[in-house]
Amino acid sequence: MADISKQLTEQVIAARDGGHKLNIVGGGTKAFMGRTADPDAGTLSVGEHSGIVEYHPVELVLTVRAGTPLSDIEAALAEHGQALHFEPPRLGPEATIGGTLATNLSGPARPWTGSVRDQVLGVRLLNGKGEHLRFGGQVMKNVAGYDVSRLQAGAMGTLGVMTEISLKVMPKPAASMTLVQDMAMDEVIHYMNSRSAEPKPITGACWVGGKVYLRLSGAKSAVEATAQKWSGEVLEQGDEFWQQVQDLKHEFFAGNDVPLWRFSVGSTAANPALDGNWFIDWAGAQRWYRGAGELSDMEPLARAAGGQVSLFRGGDRNGEVMHHQPEALKAIQRRVKNSFDPDNIFNPGRLYSWL
Amino acid sequence: MTTKPTVSKAELAEQFRSFIDPDYVITDSETMKPYECDGLSMYCEMPLLVVLPETVEQVQRVMRICNEHKVPVVARGAGTGLSAGAMPHKEGVVLSLAKFNRILEIDPLARTARLQPGVRNLAISEEAAQYGLYYGPDPSSQIACTIGGNVAENSGGVHCLKYGLTVHNLHSVEMVTAEGDVVTVGSDALDVCGMDLLALMTGSEGLLGVVTEVKVKLLPKPEVARVVMAGFDSVQNGGDAVGGVISHGIIPGGLEMMDSHAIVAADDFAKAGYPREAKALLLCEVDGTVEEVDEHIAQAEEVFRKFGATSVRTSESEEERALLWKGRKSAFPAVGRISPDYYCMDGTIPRRELANVLLRMEEMSEEFGLRVANVFHAGDGNLHPLILFDSNVPGEFERTEDFGSSILRLCVEVGGCITGEHGVGVEKIRQMAVQFSDNELQQFHDVKAAFDPAGILNPGKGVPALKFCQEYRSLEHKQHKHEPTEAAHG
Repeated sequence: MADISKQLTEQVIAARDGGHKLNIVGGGTKAFMGRTADPDAGTLSVGEHSGIVEYHPVELVLTVRAGTPLSDIEAALAEHGQALHFEPPRLGPEATIGGTLATNLSGPARPWTGSVRDQVLGVRLLNGKGEHLRFGGQVMKNVAGYDVSRLQAGAMGTLGVMTEISLKVMPKPAASMTLVQDMAMDEVIHYMNSRSAEPKPITGACWVGGKVYLRLSGAKSAVEATAQKWSGEVLEQGDEFWQQVQDLKHEFFAGNDVPLWRFSVGSTAANPALDGNWFIDWAGAQRWYRGAGELSDMEPLARAAGGQVSLFRGGDRNGEVMHHQPEALKAIQRRVKNSFDPDNIFNPGRLYSWL
Repeated sequence: MTTKPTVSKAELAEQFRSFIDPDYVITDSETMKPYECDGLSMYCEMPLLVVLPETVEQVQRVMRICNEHKVPVVARGAGTGLSAGAMPHKEGVVLSLAKFNRILEIDPLARTARLQPGVRNLAISEEAAQYGLYYGPDPSSQIACTIGGNVAENSGGVHCLKYGLTVHNLHSVEMVTAEGDVVTVGSDALDVCGMDLLALMTGSEGLLGVVTEVKVKLLPKPEVARVVMAGFDSVQNGGDAVGGVISHGIIPGGLEMMDSHAIVAADDFAKAGYPREAKALLLCEVDGTVEEVDEHIAQAEEVFRKFGATSVRTSESEEERALLWKGRKSAFPAVGRISPDYYCMDGTIPRRELANVLLRMEEMSEEFGLRVANVFHAGDGNLHPLILFDSNVPGEFERTEDFGSSILRLCVEVGGCITGEHGVGVEKIRQMAVQFSDNELQQFHDVKAAFDPAGILNPGKGVPALKFCQEYRSLEHKQHKHEPTEAAHG
């Protein structure tokens, strides 16, 4: 629980002056993501840079240091009946908010309540020149300057070291209930999307093992009334089930032998024709696949489904693991990277080999 | 970056006319006149010429030519913006997207709409209504403003607390880059690999690319919406009541506050039955399922009474709901009736600072000798002070600008920002130096250069040149000390 931003700044400046690279590490729970970290780069530990800077429950705004563990944040919010509505996957007790934003990881409620990217209001960032900059703010509406805060989501630390993050937080739903029923994979896409198009308090829709799970949450009366109208059995351990989904602890995700692919696609797209094991989440917009394969073979399938694919865990992590970028966007992203980190200090090659 | 264009007006027009209908390449000042400003008409400039391409390929060719010759390009939608973001550049081209006005596709199952950039905001919801869907962000100009402009400004509206801004309601944007490439940022999915360039594009005020197609998210229309109106005898109580509702776990679809000046003006105009003696009026709309709305409305009424509401009224019908909103929605024209001119400011503050900010604004009002009425998106802290003035009185507009500038500075001082939804444009470029340091502004310039190396897209807007910032800061500092300009005494 300390402010070590001065120390972090010194380390960045030292790296720049010495011509070194830095791998940014928070809790270290997402080391398996992205491409293999540069073995020649030093480590910049942000984990100690933690603690809540400001929290005004009535404002629905929280500002924390980037190394703050998600568990600390959730505990502080819970005291006021609030929560992070993007349901961050807690990939380990050490998982931090900085890593969550850098990897843009959000849980099952994401299509309805928004992602971590959606909830971020501002960041403080150390760029590659060792400048400690502030973007966005602590208010919900702010259109002054480019949205550098949301740009950090999914950039995997390639643009700088986040030191402070301001987020929108929301009240915890008063009640929730999960409905489960058997359904074949070829029916479930239509079913989940039709339910999502109804003005009902739905906050989860996934399919695994031949069953579809729908979560309702909000005012108790609304949850109960909707549950009565919709088909499916009430799942007694509903909360437990969704926590497993949120934290990627469901048995589908177990084991490291078989690569885990993430298809982020149009919610109504037909499922890619790949034999094997699927977990469909986000009412069809996020589809997990377990199986061996090459990224180049997966990409046309993802594109046909209106989206992209990444090799989330396992497999060859020395090659590219993210959907390839068209040349024009590659050029822009290289230049954006260069504008923040001209000496290419931060997380070299972690997102793409060319970044 | 401003380098002199390397081509004459006549040559440029001739090149454009070789691939664009000559009627849509406008060079005479009479026809160009309507393009000289956007919704902030105090800032005017005549462009070199105006071009209205009809295809994406034409947009690409315009951009390539302008990029080659270093000709500034100002993209323009409906021109309803309120920060002079679409004000022309005198040596540049106005690139109007008015011909791109088609709704290309609505997918009711996926809940998306694919749109050309010139589609009006309200037209999206009107078209989606047949499927029980609508588009969330509803800026007050929604009858006229276009989705391309909404992307450029990251437009909000009254429902942002619950449903977000434009950036939260987009799947993808197709754009033409400064160099003339067509790229799509985002996808049909909810995220993409790599940097979130969609977030960067949204709210970039036409400085990073020209939007040629937009795919938006649509939401299921709530079963029901009801509004509670509550009057308070102090702004403090009204502000506290907003916090009270939120502490109860209720996220209203809309939560608006008006001060006493706005209440009276709006009620005179709309005859909405507002409590005219109140110092603050809250309109709290709850939407959702029938059960949820009943539950939350009852709780909201109770909270308002607990926080000292002097009157509480809840809409019992759609007509009554529309009437209660009518006053708020017509607040700007209503205020327009009580003053020859008004200037609508746009800053955001932490809600807890509301009473303090309004009090200090009253003090400034006296110092500057200008009246001010306030409407406030209370849910998300976005303040819209309306400064009343008369442009026929010499010096009064300048004084209005100084007053506005002091208000924005106050917003930053209490932890807020200089613009919640109107954008920086030309209008607030000075105040950017108050909110950001030189290093931060330089980072913005560097991001801009990554998209637009030659600096042709909307130059002179959004981010101030650093060489002026020191001057701006000292000027702002002077105003901050409440030293009205000479004109204030004159």
